[in-house]
Amino acid sequence: MTFFSHIIAIIRKDLLAELRTIEISSAVIFFALIVLVIFNFAFELQVGSQEIQTLGPGVLWVAFAFSSMIGLGRSISAEKDKGSLEGLLLTPVDRGAIYLGKVASNFIFTSIMEAITLVAFVILFNPTSLSLAVIPYIILGTLGLSAIGVLLAAVAAGTLIREVMLPVLLFPVSIPLFSAGVNLTRNAFESRPFSDDAGSFGLLVAFDVIFLVVAFLLFEYVVEE
Amino acid sequence: MSNKSNRLTDLLGLATSTLIVIGLYMSFLYAPTEVNMGLVYRIFFFHLAAVAAGFLGIVVVAIAGIAYLRTSARAWDRIAEASAEIGVTFCFAALVAGSIWARPIWGVWWTWDPRLTSFLILLFIYIAYLLLRASARDDARVARFSAVFGIIGAVDVPLVIASARVWRGISPVLFQENAQGFTFGLTPEMVQTLAVSISAFVLLYFYLLIQRVRLEEIRDEIVAIRRQIATR
Repeated sequence: MTFFSHIIAIIRKDLLAELRTIEISSAVIFFALIVLVIFNFAFELQVGSQEIQTLGPGVLWVAFAFSSMIGLGRSISAEKDKGSLEGLLLTPVDRGAIYLGKVASNFIFTSIMEAITLVAFVILFNPTSLSLAVIPYIILGTLGLSAIGVLLAAVAAGTLIREVMLPVLLFPVSIPLFSAGVNLTRNAFESRPFSDDAGSFGLLVAFDVIFLVVAFLLFEYVVEE
Repeated sequence: MSNKSNRLTDLLGLATSTLIVIGLYMSFLYAPTEVNMGLVYRIFFFHLAAVAAGFLGIVVVAIAGIAYLRTSARAWDRIAEASAEIGVTFCFAALVAGSIWARPIWGVWWTWDPRLTSFLILLFIYIAYLLLRASARDDARVARFSAVFGIIGAVDVPLVIASARVWRGISPVLFQENAQGFTFGLTPEMVQTLAVSISAFVLLYFYLLIQRVRLEEIRDEIVAIRRQIATR
């Protein structure tokens, strides 16, 4: 088998395991919806109001951030608890392929959660000018978050307080990603010209590329026993 | 630890304390009072020196992390741990000093200016680093995990700085560059004072680093001795 077929095999394994139970994704999606509802109370977001335009992007990204973090944490620690990560490491598969497979499957799960959250957001708050331009930004943000998240979730899973450790490690490091994501989403909400936020776009792409490469190189040091 | 290196460390300690005394004298008496800000500007000699030592500490964490992953030598991990603790302490001191300066000059303790924002995020990343060290299970794992996170943190530094600058695009700019103390007219006396205080804190960083690493070495020795006794 080649490097790529290893990656595909890991993605297939993760998707199959999740489809059998829908344990993690159902909880994560539900959690994202709860976050939206809580923000309604925190900010008194009126349907179709001006606040939605200014606060909406932040609300959306906080929902994405919290929910994807829970998904990331579970996807790695579940493997560890069941001993399947050990099994995976015993197979003659390159550590890099395991990393990329995990990133890809997390990317898929997170994207599904985000798509549902986005639809719920539109239904619940009815923003007046939400363009489809947000989709590429969300995809880029999700990719970066999965890239750094899989590595840090593996680190957190090896500590005594993994549930606390993952956000403590993940959020400070990914602040550039969130700030760029919120900037670009607001740009799409307000239908401003793209050139206003070209800097944020560059930052998002740079974050994805840098952390995919760096985490790919560092992953083997985190999982080796 | 041999006698000779002990003496060198003592010498370094002596040089550090001498430079700190000279730096204090220069900051309070030698450097002239700044025209616009008055006496309060003098805290900058402490603030900038702490920033310099703090950044040095963070750079050393990343370098020691890379070296540890390549060699698996316990010595590099000790250096990384010591450097992170000292670096965070210096950064925190710099933050507090900056805040004390900002209150009379800007009228606020804190502002979400790009430079301050990125500094705060970096401090958080290295506090997270120390929390990670405190919560991992065993020594070899602590060393590997923290090396990885130290490298991630260092890679993140330019991104954090860039994002704080991009973010300014929409948040109001409260303070112009020239009000931040970096471009106010420095007289030669001020530059000399700054050079002395920065060197004093950099020496202090190295002195503390050596002592902290030595403490960790002694701890390892005790663990080894305990093990010997237990197996007897």
